[in-house]
Amino acid sequence: MLKVTDLSVSYGAISAVSGISFTIEQGSIVTLIGGNGAGKTTTLRTISGLLRPRAGRIEFLGEDLTRLAPHQIVARGLCHVPEGRMIFSNLTVDENLTMGAYLQTDPARIARNRDYVFSVFPRLQERIRQMAGTLSGGEQQMLAISRALMGSPKFLLLDEPSLGIAPRLISTIFEKIVEINRDHGITILLVEQNANLALEVSRHAYVLETGRIVMQGESRQLRADPQLRATYLGG
Amino acid sequence: MSEFLQQLLNGLSLGAIYALIALGYTMVYGVLRFINFAHSDVFMVGAFIGYYAGKLVPAGTIWGGLTVLAAAMLGCAVLGMTIERLAYRPLRGAPTLNVLITAIGVSLLLEYTGQVFFGAAPRNFPALFPVKNFAVGGLVVSSNQLLVIAVALGLMVGLQLIVYHTRIGTAMRAVSLNPKAAVLMGVNIDVVISFTFGLGSALAAAGGILYALNYPSIDPLMGVMPGLKAFVAAILGGIGNIPGAALGGLVLGTVETFVSGSPWSTYKDAIAFAILIIILLFRPAGLLGRFTVEKV
Repeated sequence: MLKVTDLSVSYGAISAVSGISFTIEQGSIVTLIGGNGAGKTTTLRTISGLLRPRAGRIEFLGEDLTRLAPHQIVARGLCHVPEGRMIFSNLTVDENLTMGAYLQTDPARIARNRDYVFSVFPRLQERIRQMAGTLSGGEQQMLAISRALMGSPKFLLLDEPSLGIAPRLISTIFEKIVEINRDHGITILLVEQNANLALEVSRHAYVLETGRIVMQGESRQLRADPQLRATYLGG
Repeated sequence: MSEFLQQLLNGLSLGAIYALIALGYTMVYGVLRFINFAHSDVFMVGAFIGYYAGKLVPAGTIWGGLTVLAAAMLGCAVLGMTIERLAYRPLRGAPTLNVLITAIGVSLLLEYTGQVFFGAAPRNFPALFPVKNFAVGGLVVSSNQLLVIAVALGLMVGLQLIVYHTRIGTAMRAVSLNPKAAVLMGVNIDVVISFTFGLGSALAAAGGILYALNYPSIDPLMGVMPGLKAFVAAILGGIGNIPGAALGGLVLGTVETFVSGSPWSTYKDAIAFAILIIILLFRPAGLLGRFTVEKV
């Protein structure tokens, strides 16, 4: 469904991603793990069009994305839940969801998406009139994911959904990610520093180190890999 | 008492013009976070379009006046969008200071190109609309003052409808709140910015026509002072805040008019700006502005 070939991205003279390739099959959850500065967020931002690659190709359902503007990429069903959530703090939960449906034109579909979001995250329904900036970190993450779901995505890019969230809520959010994937067959590319969790929910994983893929395989097998355990899973 | 009401009416009609110009500053600031110093010259171009278009319609008629108003608004909308496309868009992502200096450059370009084409000498602006004075109680109400207030009010209501009840308005608010997030929602940021410039410039053109009707002497540097005051009005109301710009314009116009009518009239600008400084000391974000805290 998504095919990345020899992708290189740099910030000025500094190379952030150097020639990575990977493919993601429809309906799967795939994770990119790696430490700070490995190039995970850069990769996601390039897929969604926020950054332009220096070289390489990104194909989504057979179409090259690298020449498209971010809003055109969203229109093709690829939605990005950014690092740090970037919710509209001065708008209510309800208005945030409406913004998520910005490109949706069918009112029936918008209503369906809204119902679905509330069935996944009932807590948001309780807080519907509340300013989004007053939500807890975990609730803001729920809102960020929900806002992306309002855009009827075929593919979700999730950047560090566990960042800055109470540990109790992290597992809830990861359960919901699996549920979203299962219920609607939405393909998910998950970027995480919490490698344990990421490998638990994903089918396939790529390990990034300073802009290169250094290891890849079935998440199940990677969890057992001694070298990976030592580096990312705390022994 | 009638003196007070008279000054209040004069002040509100001047303030309404400041408000129209201030809206353009504040909307552009909202989406791009910089002050478009060329805005005051778009105001001037609006008045000149009115001057030339006014020759093509019979003077002193309502439909003629409204046609000229519409032509000036349309012309300036195109001008504002062109300025954005040619001067500001290539600098998207550059430091704000670069864009500000460019804006000053565009402002000077318009002023001096204006002197080349229109000449530096002031011209007499035609009476586009029918003029009549009414005596209400002890007040003298001119039809021009009513026109200013009616047109400004109508445009502000229209603006409110666009910003809160249309798709493009929703996109403008999203970009203003968080441009990066707006892009991820599928908002085409170039279209939104272009539209914002068009909208703000059209309001400035309306301000230019209304100003010229009340102070019927126009020249290529006429935008400087009203532009500066409208900029101050936008800051006073809370830059980036649309109702704030309208309120700031009305407050500034009213204060200025009251000071003009007092024994200290020589110092009217000094006093108006001193009041601005005092208000900002107590409310640094402006009358309706507020500081926001982003949770990360």
